[in-house]
Amino acid sequence: MAELSFILNGSRVRYDGSAADRLLDALRNEYHCTSVKCGCGEGECGACAVLIDGVLHNSCCVAVGAVQDAQVVTLEGYRETARFQALDRAFAELSAVQCGFCTPGILLAAEALLSRSPHPDEAEIREGLSGNLCRCTGYNAIVNAVKRAAEEGDGLW
Amino acid sequence: MDTISQSVVRKDHGDKVSGRSLYTGDYAPEGMLFGKLLRAELARARVLRVHVPALPEGYYYVDAKDIPGDNNVNMVLDDSPVFCRETVEYIGEAIAMLCGPDEETVGRLLSACRVDYEKLEPVIRLDEAHESFFDYTYSQGDTEKAFAEADKIYDEQFETGYQEHAYLETQAMTAEPEADGRMFVHGSLQCVYYVRNALQRVLGCGPEGVHVMQDVTGGAFGGKEDYPSVLGCQVAVAALKCGKPVRCVFDRREDMACSPKRHPSRCRYRVSVKDGRVTAMDVDIRFNAGAYSTLSAVVLQRGMISAPGVYQIPNTRIRGRAMKTNTVPCGAFRGFGAPQTFFAVEMMMDHIARDLGVDALTFKQAHLSRQGDITSTGGRYHFPVPLPDMIRETEALCDYRRKKEEYQKPQTGRFRRGIGMSLQFHGGGFTGSGEQDIIKAVVRLRKERDGTVEILAASGEIGQGVRTTFSKIVAQELGLPLERIIFEYPDTALVPDSGPTVASRSIMVVGELLRRAAVKLRERWADGEVQEVEERYRAPDFMIPFTIDHFAGDAYATYSWAVMTAEVEVDTLTGMIRVLDACGSFDVGTPIDRNIVMGQMEGGFLQGIGYASCEKIASDGTGRIRGASFSDYLIPTAMDVPQLRCMLHVESYPDGPYGAKAAGELPLVGAPAAFLEAVEQALGGVSLSHVPFTAEDAFSVLMKGGEG
Repeated sequence: MAELSFILNGSRVRYDGSAADRLLDALRNEYHCTSVKCGCGEGECGACAVLIDGVLHNSCCVAVGAVQDAQVVTLEGYRETARFQALDRAFAELSAVQCGFCTPGILLAAEALLSRSPHPDEAEIREGLSGNLCRCTGYNAIVNAVKRAAEEGDGLW
Repeated sequence: MDTISQSVVRKDHGDKVSGRSLYTGDYAPEGMLFGKLLRAELARARVLRVHVPALPEGYYYVDAKDIPGDNNVNMVLDDSPVFCRETVEYIGEAIAMLCGPDEETVGRLLSACRVDYEKLEPVIRLDEAHESFFDYTYSQGDTEKAFAEADKIYDEQFETGYQEHAYLETQAMTAEPEADGRMFVHGSLQCVYYVRNALQRVLGCGPEGVHVMQDVTGGAFGGKEDYPSVLGCQVAVAALKCGKPVRCVFDRREDMACSPKRHPSRCRYRVSVKDGRVTAMDVDIRFNAGAYSTLSAVVLQRGMISAPGVYQIPNTRIRGRAMKTNTVPCGAFRGFGAPQTFFAVEMMMDHIARDLGVDALTFKQAHLSRQGDITSTGGRYHFPVPLPDMIRETEALCDYRRKKEEYQKPQTGRFRRGIGMSLQFHGGGFTGSGEQDIIKAVVRLRKERDGTVEILAASGEIGQGVRTTFSKIVAQELGLPLERIIFEYPDTALVPDSGPTVASRSIMVVGELLRRAAVKLRERWADGEVQEVEERYRAPDFMIPFTIDHFAGDAYATYSWAVMTAEVEVDTLTGMIRVLDACGSFDVGTPIDRNIVMGQMEGGFLQGIGYASCEKIASDGTGRIRGASFSDYLIPTAMDVPQLRCMLHVESYPDGPYGAKAAGELPLVGAPAAFLEAVEQALGGVSLSHVPFTAEDAFSVLMKGGEG
């Protein structure tokens, strides 16, 4: 059987476990990407969302075998980017992080949205974040922060 | 805006936004055992025998026999066990814990366990429950006389369902035996001292034998007030037996099925009206407590005290019972008993007004309490009641009266609209004399040689921003930059008991103690020296002493106020109910940080809308909770609501820090009534009486031709 490997946050990694293992577990346990949270384990909450070749996926519903040779990005990688900094600033200014458990997934959902639509209106933002549950904020601050990041980070996306 | 209200970057922002914060399940698992609970499959049964498969080396089976102290988790009454006693009392009750180094293997072993039961007859439904854990009555005036003299008597029953906290991080606790013999328990929790006190009793040790720390906590909402004491004791007993650290992190289904929820309720209101005014309310409240009493006594008390709402009702008789059923125990949840009765009283007032042919808001306004008036328990509203102004502000914001009139006209077409408004208060801090007699909060400030100041308090950051707001209070009083103030996650080995992180008390009560401590430190400040100051709670002088036996006196020192509206649109083809607009005016006193307070208002508001609309837990006839997952239990997403439009109306409180009052719970309380009043109007003026009110419920009303 071919060796399992993929590109995690820019570096190629080899996976020695089963191709059927959940990507979520592999990321947390093998590569210590603990920003990837398990909120439900069945693809409903978005806390484990990661980017796979730029597309947002819930890593609890992805087998490691399915990301062979793909680019997988978690917050551990994304936080090194200028785009993250724009989101970070907007989230800080609007206090859009409360308990923080949904935040990693929300940020990657925002990235997925802004990379395909750099100047979204509110409805688009709400749709773009609709796969990520937040129980703390009522979403106002998050939606407004994504909007502000898009405006102030103009040109980044 | 006051300086203190200007928003800052939260102290916990950097670590959380970058994903660096370690929650309980994120700590490296090396050397740790994973614990999983063996749970009861029957709602009521004697446990005859547990067949445990042969355990590989390094794997352990832990049950009540391994408890060195009492098999009792300290709450209000002595009834919640760590592991079941001879009987199990609800589906999901913990019988034992299996622990081992490989999580999957533990799971496999757990599925191989078999339990022999002798089945006993369970009580599942609230209406068939006969045993009450608590049964209180209090009254004012002469209800009988008022009823005898009434022009008309109204009699209605209102129901509310379970609500699941649905914090994004599930329940999670770790216990680690330390080299010096102490047990170190840390996890996702609100109240370090509650857990420590529970552990002392279960482990049979003194305060020196155990210490408890809060990890970064992924949401709580009351759901991590009492339950971490149970799970904390379970992992600690396991760690003691195994001699190794044991961690237990629930999966979502387990969490939804087995952790406490908001009490389902049934409230009967009998109300007498004379000359267009309410003269008496006779209220019978029943809460479904579930299998163990947990915090039901205090939840019920708050619900009962809130039963007449924000109104002056001269004659009241309020009875409240927390009923035992063989279902998952209910516990603390933002609002703590008040959302149930506020929902009922607001709907009741709305229905009476409609029957009298008067505008509901005008009718409610005619009964409003004012400063100096008597509270439901014979205390006083010592401070201004700003509801009239807040109503005006909210009306203006959402164009309430015009819309109410417009939607009152017969509506045709597929989409029909309605708007509703609710009024409520939330009493700040523990009910009655709890702060003074039970909690007795203590805080300390410690100044280091370099001039940094550390806050020593037990309040936990659960997302509500307390690390930031406490730091702001101390920084402001000492004239120091915020970076010089340190406030870490509390560890009972290091901080005094400033009380639990509950009851919207942190800013109002603990925050004020910190402010006073900071004043003391400022007065004694000596450069280059290590200094420590302490401050202890004392009740404000103006309070009328409260006795819980008679529900008499000031149940709360002061109240926070809210006016909330919801505008909805019902799709008559599908029953789907869309929230078009949601507005609120909230008086929580001076906001210590505007963004943080607005985050609480918006988050609580949406949690309340969820409670009213889509959040439904069904349990079947056997007592099993069905649909314990995010696929079935739907909480609002970003697409389900527009921007929530919240305003702050500041009525500053002289005994709160810079005028701050209770904030966290208030915004949830009124959402259900505002929502359902709006739905009633959209459905053509039907009378509705339960939440959650889902699309299916709306559809069923539509099918019946508009009869509630």
